[in-house]
Amino acid sequence: MLLEVRDLRMYYEIEGKGWVKAVDGVSFTLDKEESLGIVGESGCGKSSLATTLIKVLPTNAKIFSGEILLDGVDILKMPENRLRREIRWQKIAMVFQGSMNALNPIIKVGDQIVEAILTHKRMSKRRAWKRAEKLLKMVGLDSSIAHRYPFELSGGQKQRAVIAMALALRPKVLIADEPTTALDVIVQAQILKLLKNLQREFGLSLIFISHDISAVSEVSDKVAVMYAGKIVELGSVEDIFLRPKHPYTKALLRAVPGIREEKKELKSIPGTPPNLLSPPSGCRFHPRCPYAFGRCREVEPKLVEAEPGHLVACHLLGGETA
Amino acid sequence: MSNNVLLRVRGLKKWFPIRRSPIDIIKGRPQLYLKAVDGVDFDIASREIFCLAGESGCGKTTTGRLVLKLIEPTEGEIVFDGEDVTKLEGELLRNFRKKAQIIFQDPYEALNPQMNIMDIITEPLLIHGVVHSKDEKIEYAIKALEDVALKPAEDFLYRFPHELSGGQRQRVAIARAIVLKPKFIVADEPVSMLDMSIRAEILNLMLNIREKYNLAYLFITHDLAVAKHICDRIAIMYLGKIVETGKAEQVIDNPLHPYTKALISAIPVPDPRSKIGDIPIKGEVPSPVNVPSGCRFHPRCPYAFGRCREVEPKLVEAEPGHLVACHLF
Repeated sequence: MLLEVRDLRMYYEIEGKGWVKAVDGVSFTLDKEESLGIVGESGCGKSSLATTLIKVLPTNAKIFSGEILLDGVDILKMPENRLRREIRWQKIAMVFQGSMNALNPIIKVGDQIVEAILTHKRMSKRRAWKRAEKLLKMVGLDSSIAHRYPFELSGGQKQRAVIAMALALRPKVLIADEPTTALDVIVQAQILKLLKNLQREFGLSLIFISHDISAVSEVSDKVAVMYAGKIVELGSVEDIFLRPKHPYTKALLRAVPGIREEKKELKSIPGTPPNLLSPPSGCRFHPRCPYAFGRCREVEPKLVEAEPGHLVACHLLGGETA
Repeated sequence: MSNNVLLRVRGLKKWFPIRRSPIDIIKGRPQLYLKAVDGVDFDIASREIFCLAGESGCGKTTTGRLVLKLIEPTEGEIVFDGEDVTKLEGELLRNFRKKAQIIFQDPYEALNPQMNIMDIITEPLLIHGVVHSKDEKIEYAIKALEDVALKPAEDFLYRFPHELSGGQRQRVAIARAIVLKPKFIVADEPVSMLDMSIRAEILNLMLNIREKYNLAYLFITHDLAVAKHICDRIAIMYLGKIVETGKAEQVIDNPLHPYTKALISAIPVPDPRSKIGDIPIKGEVPSPVNVPSGCRFHPRCPYAFGRCREVEPKLVEAEPGHLVACHLF
């Protein structure tokens, strides 16, 4: 097991209003060379989960509980300077949402990658530049891109450059938060393929975060479905897409049209995702769930194994009530 | 299709001039244009949902704005309900505005945050002098809110946009668009800002409203899966031109143009058994300022041959109702 997350809770404080329970008891594991897709609607906590994993959080965020074990060592217990020196970007790197548009417009792409390398590693600038060129080739760009400025690159090229930057220190885990969201379909397909190839070629473990279930299906070995700060279903990509068990997962799959499906009536999920300042009692999906019964309003369902490797948090399934 | 044409577009062009610097002028460099829409033809029948689809920058939104006369075309003909839209002025233009409305992509920006829901929905009625008293206004607003299933309608009248969710705001935007009982609505990416679980309900609402008010939509989207499920006919745009058009199933299930084929093969599906294949086309969309000669797709096309570099292909009927602009056909 490369990465194991246990009962992670991270809330944001809103002054005078309380705590936004963005990540509320999340557990999962990630093996070497495995890709985990995290899918959910906006505000479900998927990006907050990502930033908690590398502990880059705003000042009003607080981690209340949990462990993040990387090769068996809990990185949450590490002092910040050790985390920065040994873990962040070295072992767990991230492609932030929209980071392709956060490149510094007046610094050459190569220099920006060099900066990322030299912040963490002692080496000569010339060696770092060579490495930056090599990284650009790894992500399918010409090494001459290093001499260009971000405005000279297309969206797809910028996204590749940002991925190169994340890979600068050969991390074991790459977190990609909505890496294809602003891209056109053809470029999106190229980036999805690139991520899969990098995962295979360099033995990378990938955490792929997206609201787009089709993109998640394309790159993931394992999928976690998040709703209102919690993982409601976790399993192999086949489990989730072909044998979904949680009513939310099922509803989500029915709500999204597939290009190769017959024209069909789309079924929406009634209501809206809850406000995480005061999430519903019991199961957080119960106000929108067609199968909700008394217990769902009172008792929070645990994520339990319904079938080997396929975990579901629903009172309709799992040991306790079945 | 030809028997009850509501909107007829022929040879539509919109070239935006690129600003010339003083140096360009002194040196006598020619005026350059961004050819956003560069010769587009299509018809929309009444009650039809016609989709313009394509990647960003292909000209689909500009086309939507042109047909509503929100911007003036450089060239071309737009005939709506028998009238030439490009020549409309004054009273006739106001009349046209009553019949043709728009829904925007971003429901967070499309509603005035300082107006309550009733005022937002009834503003078109005031502009067109349809309502005269407050009671009438309330009556119309309640009716429109019920049409878009915001119930109980009375509870929404005096609320403000910031109190509503994205899906509810888009419903208000739809209510505002239908309050004048238009025949035609341009819907510009109406669901792409919304969460997955909400999209289906907005799409279904748009279908219901078409049934109820016999509307036609020009549905603009980059999402071909959505287009297939909601539209009657689709046109695929590339660099300001329609490269393929036909019934939704014809275009999506049996694409003919190499660009459409590549576009569809690049779309991931929510099924792990099926993966994206190899994408045969190279590079990215060129700038609409320097449009390639001949077929504008030829530099990226795996099948391009001599003729493609020189002669621009016309839209020809490859099978009944299914038109494609490619020298292979």
